[in-house]
Amino acid sequence: MLAGLAPLIVLACLLSGLVAAAWQTRRWLQGAPARVARLQGLIAMPGRYLVDVHQVVARRPRNARFHALAAGGLLASLALWCVLAVPPLRYRPLWGVLALVLALMLMGAISVWRRRQVDRPVELSGGGFDRLPLALLLYAGGFLVLALAELFTGPAATLFSSLGLIVGTFGLAGIISLAIGGPLKHAINGMLHLAFHPRPARFVGGKRDTGLVPLDLASARLGVERPVDFAWNRLLGFDACVQCGRCEQVCPAYAAEQPLNPKKFIQDLAMALAPGASDDAYAGHGHPGQALGSAHGGPGEPLIGAMISDATLWSCTTCRACVHECPMMIEHVDAMVDLRRFQTLELAALPGKAALVLEDLRLTDTLSGRGPGARLDWAVDLRIPLMREVMEAPVLLWLGEAAFDLRAQRTLRALVRLLRQAGVVFATLGPEELDCGDTARRLGDEATFQDLAGRNIATLSRYRFDRIVTADPHSLHVLKNEYPAFGGGYEVVHHTTFLAGLIERGVFGPLSPDGRKVTYHDPCYLGRYNGETAAPRALLDALGLERVEMERSGLRSQCCGGGGGATLTDIPGKRRIPDIRMAQATETGAAVIAVACPTCTVMLEGVTGKRPEVLDVAELLWQAVERGGIAAARSGMPA
Amino acid sequence: MTGLAIVVLLSLGRHPATGRPRRNPDDARALATALALAATRSGSRVLAVHAGDPRAPVLRDYLGQGLDELTVLDMPSGSDPLPSLREHLVALSPDLLLTGQRAENGEASGLLPYLLAEALGMTLVPGVVGLDLQGDQGRFTQALPRGRRRQIEARLPLAATIPAGTAGLPLPSFAAARRGRIVSLPALASPDPHLVAIERQPWRQLPRPQPRRLKGSAIDRLKSMTGGGEAKGRLLVDPDPETAAAQILDRLGEIGLIRASHQSVTSRDTDGRTER
Ligand code: SF4
Ligand code: SF4
Repeated sequence: MLAGLAPLIVLACLLSGLVAAAWQTRRWLQGAPARVARLQGLIAMPGRYLVDVHQVVARRPRNARFHALAAGGLLASLALWCVLAVPPLRYRPLWGVLALVLALMLMGAISVWRRRQVDRPVELSGGGFDRLPLALLLYAGGFLVLALAELFTGPAATLFSSLGLIVGTFGLAGIISLAIGGPLKHAINGMLHLAFHPRPARFVGGKRDTGLVPLDLASARLGVERPVDFAWNRLLGFDACVQCGRCEQVCPAYAAEQPLNPKKFIQDLAMALAPGASDDAYAGHGHPGQALGSAHGGPGEPLIGAMISDATLWSCTTCRACVHECPMMIEHVDAMVDLRRFQTLELAALPGKAALVLEDLRLTDTLSGRGPGARLDWAVDLRIPLMREVMEAPVLLWLGEAAFDLRAQRTLRALVRLLRQAGVVFATLGPEELDCGDTARRLGDEATFQDLAGRNIATLSRYRFDRIVTADPHSLHVLKNEYPAFGGGYEVVHHTTFLAGLIERGVFGPLSPDGRKVTYHDPCYLGRYNGETAAPRALLDALGLERVEMERSGLRSQCCGGGGGATLTDIPGKRRIPDIRMAQATETGAAVIAVACPTCTVMLEGVTGKRPEVLDVAELLWQAVERGGIAAARSGMPA
Repeated sequence: MTGLAIVVLLSLGRHPATGRPRRNPDDARALATALALAATRSGSRVLAVHAGDPRAPVLRDYLGQGLDELTVLDMPSGSDPLPSLREHLVALSPDLLLTGQRAENGEASGLLPYLLAEALGMTLVPGVVGLDLQGDQGRFTQALPRGRRRQIEARLPLAATIPAGTAGLPLPSFAAARRGRIVSLPALASPDPHLVAIERQPWRQLPRPQPRRLKGSAIDRLKSMTGGGEAKGRLLVDPDPETAAAQILDRLGEIGLIRASHQSVTSRDTDGRTER
């Protein structure tokens, strides 16, 4: 009988595993200091796991099931081993409980094995991950035999018990070796990352903590050059990546075969935590167009160049699709921007037109280079009141860079007419409105962003208004979520939200129903960044449009390719992101693709060939109001 | 190979849309050329000089290109930079003098590099878009109108100007701009005689020139627009200076820039160049 021996062997293995795991913490502890509420984080961790992680994992129910069985079974069995190690507590029925737990875990392990060996999704990694199912099967199967044998007595039971112990111990040794720097390290690092997460506000009651963290422009090194320049809890996050490939599946740059795979990007960062690192051992998809095995680096070596190519860095549209899908709650976009900050502020190394546009922005306060004095040129006939004349207005209309784009000006004209029609009293800053700084910030030019933010906030502080309304989700995000760190705090409302509210109050009178089939493209900066997916849909429904959804919509929508300065850095791929998105829209059979962002409008309108018409939600509403007005006028006429 | 002393002259520009001060793009490219050249030759120094107000914030943008130190000859705006620059540069005796082709402010005649080169006894190569130095022998690629290029060989010390509108403008690095130093030297402030003498007129709209109807076949029209037609004028290979100067003056007379006879040349611009 091995009732006394088995728990001791298991605990000894576990203890050595813990020592080795503690030694592994040096990988991420070498990062820069970070202010973390550690105790609170540890207390909050189980809640974050059960609520937030579960929300992500549950989007794929099959994965959620096998993970619960395998991981839950493993943890429960380890707890039981601890009890069984204490002789007075070693009641025989406990072996039965252990057998039950291990049987469940075995089911999970079989699912894991099937997923890895039989119907394997392409986004998964190989390498150590391929040894994982065997280790789980041996552990669960071996100790299941032992636990069942312990319920009986006699020579046969002893024989099975010893066999089970040998096989199970092999499995456990495998599991532990895979937890030390192998695929199962995600269990330990994932838990710690949840506890010490750099954005704890993400986990508080449905909040979306998406604003970038301000950079102290007085610090000695601006941005991140080497792995050790990241805060330690960021490194912990990278090291927690389980290489599930969910981010790879949703990344628009990867789909366009630009040289960016977010999973490989995070792995590059994690692999560089060991001295003399190379990507030889990486066994998943690489960055498109780049051969595996050529990247090399180390904790104290520059990342961009040898470890990660600059084309990878500048391909990202900052769409946050990867962040939204990541079950380990890793913040890819923060890492991108941290690295870009160093490239831009220290090295001034930006590809494509980005450098020229940033120079124009610094000298004219507009990306177009035309200067704020020309911001209202498109609207001379509309005579929009200026804040500096009226000093106060209930609504401040923020125009954004759309004011310089011929196509987006049409949307603004529709919006202005709608506001007039609804009797909304509004004014704009006009020539006093500077670029909000969104593009500069995403391109890593924090200095220009902070300069623009400071001056815009100073201007806004001179006037009285209840809320800011804007048709540009990028301005919305920056004004609402990023200006507070610099002393601005405003109620900022997207025009779709505002207009949906007006419709609800019935201010537009009869809307002539529009029978067309429409599909709505969620802008990343409205949906994922700000959580607004309902208002534009409600508005479209109020117009009587037949609304169909694309396969990827709402919070899981796909980017148009225009965010994060990607149009300026213009990294070539095999396809164009807007073409991919437009193909998804065309597939729905819709006649109109409704948009709610000037950048999306321009990107999607640039798609050639037969495709749905691109119209902003405001334009659709104005069309309906106009038609409704005409119909009312007609019916009012004496016959 | 010994290190070079490269002097770069940097002026303040104006943004065409907002009129805000900026780097002069040509000067910024001259600086980039100088820094790149200095990096290829150990022991080289880039001595950047600006004549004007040392407190102008935009000067930091030049530092942001990777320049450690910028010397400013402190003088009020509207001063003639020539006397102070001449004095300063003679003391530095550079191997190479680089600058943009013309300023965006003030007189902006583009003459300053010529006058300085003359004072320093240097050859001046205008419109340089490519530069390769072997020892003290330089091979220059010179940009000519309509996209043509010419190779020139010349020996150091010499001066070169960078033409407008060549490759992109280097973005200044915020960190380097923060690190660099501005050293201010008191300088002679003599008013610019030209700016004092000229008469200023308010801007007025000129009649819009009638677009010329192009004649001939499509290929002819294309040629006349792209300048691909036959070259007009005479090509003089290695002429003696007398003949060359006479030809230039004739040509200037032909196109009406000066009155036809040599004696009537009074403009200060041509004076400097046709001196015999
Ligand atoms: S933010 Fe978007 S583009 Fe950037 S890596 Fe993530 S999914 Fe890809
Ligand atoms: S970064 Fe997140 S989503 Fe991407 S592979 Fe790693 S764990 Fe999966």
